[in-house]
Amino acid sequence: MNNVLLRLKDISVKFDNEQILDNVSLEICDKEFVTLLGPSGCGKTTTLRIIAGFISPDKGEVYFDNALMNNVPPHKRPVNTIFQKYALFPNLNVYENVAFGLRVKKASEDEIRRTVHDMLSMVNLLGFEKRDISTLSGGQQQRVAIARALAVGPRVLLLDEPLGALDLKLRKDMQVELKNIQQRMGITFIYVTHDQEEALSMSDRVVVMNDGVIQQIGTPEDIYNEPINAFVADFIGESNIVDGVMLEDYKASFSGHVFECLDKGFKNGEAVDVVVRPEDVDVVSPEEGMLRGIVTSVTFKGVHFEIIVDIGGFKWMIQTTDFQPVGANIGLYIEPDAIHIMKKSEYSGIYGDYSSYSEDFDNLSNAGEELEDE
Amino acid sequence: MSRRGGRHLLQKLISAPYIVWSVIFVVFPLFMVIYYTFTDGNGKFTMSNLAELGTSENVSVMMISIAIALIATVACLVVGYPLAYLISKMSNSGRNAMMLLMMLPMWVNFVIRTNAIYILTEALGFSETYTAAVVGMVYNFLPYMVLPIYSAISKLDNSLFEAAYDLGCTKFAVLRKVLFPLSMPGVVSGITMVFVPSISTFYISQKLGGGMFATVGDKIEGLFMLTNNYNLGSAFSIILLVLIIISMAIMSKFTTDDDEGGLLL
Repeated sequence: MNNVLLRLKDISVKFDNEQILDNVSLEICDKEFVTLLGPSGCGKTTTLRIIAGFISPDKGEVYFDNALMNNVPPHKRPVNTIFQKYALFPNLNVYENVAFGLRVKKASEDEIRRTVHDMLSMVNLLGFEKRDISTLSGGQQQRVAIARALAVGPRVLLLDEPLGALDLKLRKDMQVELKNIQQRMGITFIYVTHDQEEALSMSDRVVVMNDGVIQQIGTPEDIYNEPINAFVADFIGESNIVDGVMLEDYKASFSGHVFECLDKGFKNGEAVDVVVRPEDVDVVSPEEGMLRGIVTSVTFKGVHFEIIVDIGGFKWMIQTTDFQPVGANIGLYIEPDAIHIMKKSEYSGIYGDYSSYSEDFDNLSNAGEELEDE
Repeated sequence: MSRRGGRHLLQKLISAPYIVWSVIFVVFPLFMVIYYTFTDGNGKFTMSNLAELGTSENVSVMMISIAIALIATVACLVVGYPLAYLISKMSNSGRNAMMLLMMLPMWVNFVIRTNAIYILTEALGFSETYTAAVVGMVYNFLPYMVLPIYSAISKLDNSLFEAAYDLGCTKFAVLRKVLFPLSMPGVVSGITMVFVPSISTFYISQKLGGGMFATVGDKIEGLFMLTNNYNLGSAFSIILLVLIIISMAIMSKFTTDDDEGGLLL
């Protein structure tokens, strides 16, 4: 797992004077499942296209197995791509689509027949060989695209929002299936998505990007539990992000209370961002609470209630299994390990307040995100 | 009267103008052409008009027409396909400029245009030849080749080309394995739209060919306008119609039924 297969070094790209990627460096290991995660326009698709060879960077190098790849054209790179819209050839049937790359390589008919059979069996499409592409459902077309890319034996498979066009149920099934395929084939997957849940559930490592810059690289647990700045904290899951001051090691003050925490290494008196996840807050009686506030809204989510609590003008989101009526005075209790301290960054103060929070607003911004990504 | 019946009546009323039009100007003339083909100057039934088409002179007129139309069509394809591809790859402004450049001559009067080409071929030293006639046809019919091919190519998603490239195709192989097969519907419809007017044209071949040879169109014009032989002229016109129907039937074999390629069928 530790041998680096693919290395990006100081990659920068500009389109029409707009900085798309800014000094991106990244190492990806053999057999690893890495996800590039970020909002639309963050540069994740551009990064993928640089690895595929469709775009050459203005600056920086791409290494594969320690060999410089910048001038190697796409058809000679040991990587293959699953395109967002599948890009299956409409004039060829399922068999010929999967056989396409093998025919280009002038493989023998025997080998083609064997490989196509293996690939179709892996994606559960045996019996579909003679079918026209136009007669397949979105999920089936997706499988053909996967079989077609894997048939040529790439060492790295690049997936550009491959599940974006599928409905939720199918998307969940395909997530599991993709992960299985990756493990069975024993190759590297580089996966692009703006869906943080998808990224967390499938990946060995997640690369969070924004504005053409890598914000954080880490395992899903790292990214979720120790976000590096307010952007990452907000983008991955729900977060309450408040201004705080680090009094000394293991001691932080925010929202008018001094808390014990597990963080150290800051200057005494340094201004910091404090992240508290909604599920890490315990609701207690006002007398027992470290913080006190008034419930301003309650939403039933199935497994829990999502309540918005006004604490001195700042609105916190809290997930709890106990119903709290609107207007109730409640206390909040926060364990030291639920508090994450982050250095101030350019994103400080932008995220993490739920004052303007509403379900509709959330849905609207998500819809906008899915509309376009390069 | 039921609603359905009412709608039926309305539909009939809407289509009435065209039905009247087509009976007067399409169906009736076609019957007249057939009538003239199978009668002599006195209105008596005869097969002699069709038989006369078989004379060596008339057969050679038809052969020349087919040959010139084929050459013009191939020339349009050779010039038009790369042009259509380039236009599809251009930016919006470049595309509009190219379209304008291509359409502009079409907006000039046909007689003026053809005479202008005559002068040009004279200056270039090949006036009144087969070549000049073919050049004239290409000049006139090129847009009918470019537009359907352009529309077929511009509908192809760029990721199809990238996918082929990604799967190991060289740039040339991408054209051969993806662009050509997927743009076939446009090619078929372009060929049809150029071949049909090419085979029946008369003024272009007459003027630019300088009377060195006659095409079917020229022959028909002569029979109707000069010798008043409506019967033989009609026979020629019927055979032309049959030729066109046969060639379109052949072309339609090259494209699948649901594609928009068979614009004319």
